[in-house]
Amino acid sequence: MAEIGFSQVKKRYGGTQVIHGIDMQISDGEFIVIVGPSGCGKSTLLRMVAGLEAISEGEISIGGQVVNDLEPKDRNIALVFQNYALYPHMSVYDNMAYGLKIAKLSRPEIEERVQQAAKMLELAHLLERKPRQLSGGQRQRVAMGRAIVRDPGTFLFDEPLSNLDAKLRVQMRLEIKQLQRSLGTTSLYVTHDQVEAMTLADRLIVMNAGVAEQIDTPMAIYDRPASRFVAGFIGSPAMNFLAGRVGEGGRELRLEQGMPLRSGSLNLGNLAGQPVTVGVRPEHLQVVAEEDAEMHLQVRLVETLGADSLAHGHLVPAEEQPNGTPEDILTLRLPGVARIAEGDRLPLRAAEESLHLFDRESGWRLADV
Amino acid sequence: MIEHRPWLVWLSHGVLLLGVLIVAFPIWIAFVASTHAASDLASGVTPLLPGGYLFENYARALGSGHEASGAVPVSLMMWNSLVMALAIAIGKIAISLLSAYAIVYFRFPFRMLCFWTIFVTLMLPVEVRILPTFEVVADLGLLNSYAGLSVPLIASATATFLFRQFFLTVPDELVEAARIDGAGPLRFFKDVLLPLSRTNIAALFVILFIYGWNQYLWPLLITTDESFYTIVMGIQRMVTVADAEPQWPLIMATTMLAMIPPVFVVVAMQRLFVKGLVETEK
Amino acid sequence: MEKRVVFRHAWLPYLLLLPQLAITLIFFIWPASQALYQSVLRQDPFGLRTSFVGLENFARLLRDPLYLDSFQVTIVFSIAVTALSMGLALLLAIMADRVIKGATSYKTLLIWPYAVAPAVAGVLWWFIFNPTIGILSYGLSLVGYDWNHALDGGDALTLVIIASAWKQISYNFLFFLAGLQAIPKSLIEAAAIDGAGPGRRFWTIIFPLLSPTTFFLLVVNVVYAFFDTFGVIHATTNGGPGQATTILVYKVFSDGFIGLNLGSSAAQSVVLMLIVIALTVVQFRYVERRVQY
Repeated sequence: MAEIGFSQVKKRYGGTQVIHGIDMQISDGEFIVIVGPSGCGKSTLLRMVAGLEAISEGEISIGGQVVNDLEPKDRNIALVFQNYALYPHMSVYDNMAYGLKIAKLSRPEIEERVQQAAKMLELAHLLERKPRQLSGGQRQRVAMGRAIVRDPGTFLFDEPLSNLDAKLRVQMRLEIKQLQRSLGTTSLYVTHDQVEAMTLADRLIVMNAGVAEQIDTPMAIYDRPASRFVAGFIGSPAMNFLAGRVGEGGRELRLEQGMPLRSGSLNLGNLAGQPVTVGVRPEHLQVVAEEDAEMHLQVRLVETLGADSLAHGHLVPAEEQPNGTPEDILTLRLPGVARIAEGDRLPLRAAEESLHLFDRESGWRLADV
Repeated sequence: MIEHRPWLVWLSHGVLLLGVLIVAFPIWIAFVASTHAASDLASGVTPLLPGGYLFENYARALGSGHEASGAVPVSLMMWNSLVMALAIAIGKIAISLLSAYAIVYFRFPFRMLCFWTIFVTLMLPVEVRILPTFEVVADLGLLNSYAGLSVPLIASATATFLFRQFFLTVPDELVEAARIDGAGPLRFFKDVLLPLSRTNIAALFVILFIYGWNQYLWPLLITTDESFYTIVMGIQRMVTVADAEPQWPLIMATTMLAMIPPVFVVVAMQRLFVKGLVETEK
Repeated sequence: MEKRVVFRHAWLPYLLLLPQLAITLIFFIWPASQALYQSVLRQDPFGLRTSFVGLENFARLLRDPLYLDSFQVTIVFSIAVTALSMGLALLLAIMADRVIKGATSYKTLLIWPYAVAPAVAGVLWWFIFNPTIGILSYGLSLVGYDWNHALDGGDALTLVIIASAWKQISYNFLFFLAGLQAIPKSLIEAAAIDGAGPGRRFWTIIFPLLSPTTFFLLVVNVVYAFFDTFGVIHATTNGGPGQATTILVYKVFSDGFIGLNLGSSAAQSVVLMLIVIALTVVQFRYVERRVQY
């Protein structure tokens, strides 16, 4: 059994704090993905679980046991590295068997475990090869195999797919997911790729600058991002952000460029008069008849992707703006091949419940409308 | 090359052949001299073609040696040289591997002091501090011994530096993987680091073997007992006597024998030799 | 550069360092400090009393015409050895870089003198130049030059220069060839398209790009000529005739072991150490520069 518990986990390098107190409980068998931009502390967090980085403050427990002072080998974990970290002078078989040999397992037992893992990963015909004789995808599988043979309580993955080309990445992503499903092993997976994060995770941890900004299921994070950062990081193309302000009395929301949104129907009394950032996903903007429009998009560039089309441009202000006011950039996503051309002026409306309001200063979520 | 001027190519070959001849000339002369009878050389100029005493001269050199210089058989001197060269090469590699490993893979108090203590030796060739070093070896009672011949030359900053550089290029993830696999420091050293260093060790071995074999001043100083003479210094002893009674064929046969092992090593392991040379000078 | 992950162990690193440190302290640091210590002492002629004399040994050295003479010999000797071996090596490396067929065979045929001990190299050339039976001295006598390195200081110096340079050619050749082969062929082709002939290409493209190698070899060769050539001289001329081939390293040896003038020998050792340290610093600075290229 391997529940993992984090309690006020912090990490400092000298005077710099890189992780600011993580609290979380992971249940047995869960697939957790830690996602965030480079330098956000996600790998550090994983390496603290693995025992490769010391924990400056707080506690990490695995299977109910506090592991702060345990050696990596005593934590019942396996780690798959970004660059695979295969021993270059050992055969595939020896790479997988090395940890078992050190653990003094019997020879037949090692043989059985390695063969079983190799079969599962379709590596059986490669066992005698050296890592340099393998393709990137095969090396990746060996790295996975090395983790599987240990039969650990927890799998740790440190950006395992980022060295593969796009097609292989999709394929390996599916295999990892299936493998985890069938083994039922608790997994902690670090990536900067939000598609990987969304597709793999039971629950996601979105990290930014050493803080876990949101911990939830992928769809919950997509639907109700906890902060402007999370909203911008999850979802592709990224969410549009427009400067807005809640009207007096909280009955209406108005963009700083002039247009009223959702006028009259709102109940934001606690936010009355507050400056906000209004977020709306490109796929939630709809082209509507002129009289229903909440805003207008001046199209500058159209990207046709086949399944859908993206129109990039800027928000048309309701009234004359002083020179030097930054334009609000807007992206619109339409299904299929849209008949839009550069220079078009499109009347738009945001779908119901698709506007996210964030505090202009702190970026934390205020409301959905 | 870019130009299609055949004469340039011929010129290049010509210059190269000339270079090869110049480089080989002294060896040819030595070889020729080693195949003649002493009387052939006693008067007049060295001939340019080999004579008929090849086996006789070499057999005599290897067997009984040069009587006038104390009659140490060359075979014994070659054996001493071999012991010394192997001891120096293996010893240097062993202690350098260990110390480089400690410096790269551990953090401990006085680490930088240890590092610099070792690296100062890079600046102090044996030639500039021969007298005090000699005294130390004499005080330790190591004169006329294999230990005295090799141990003082075993400390080498160059080899430590080379291994340190190499260890730094070994990906950190391998240590991490080994730790997760449960390998401790010694196990990681034996199972991962040593096998990865194989080529570097071999390349360094070639260079250090030659270095050890070619030692001259040091064995000259600390051996007075003929049974510890090495071949390179033994030649000098023969030459000194040769002024009185020149035994040129014997001396040249010894010279040839002194060159054969290191030259063989260089030519046979050319690729490793070049690698070792380039790496040690980085 | 440091490792991100390290092992933690209380005594293992010290144990690993022990052999190296012990040998370094006993055979390097201690003798070197002895040399420093003795360089400020003087023994009376019978070796009975030792007194502190400060920098007097150094002052004496600088006043000693024999020492200054030896300095001069060393400088002439190192310049000649460096120029001769590097010049020939560069010429051969350029030619070997030009020919496509047989380049590796030439390489094999040119590198092996590296393996010849300096003392052996000295003996080889000493034999060739032997005034009575040497083949080159015979050749010289045919053109009217009476070679005798046992009597003529110039001949003796020439002999040790040739022997020392000969041994060093292979080393320089290897590094020059590696340097030449590292120059991108596209640069040379571009210059050729710009209309530069082979000679012009060499001086305007190849030689400047080769300058890091050249500078590196310059330092290495000077170090070689200063210190590693002891064997060449000791096995052949013994520093003579007169002082004609007494380079500094040889003088430390002869004053210390034959003259038994410990204070002076120690002071000379200290001077040599300073020279080595200066050369090493130059080399290290250069190495750091090279990293940035």
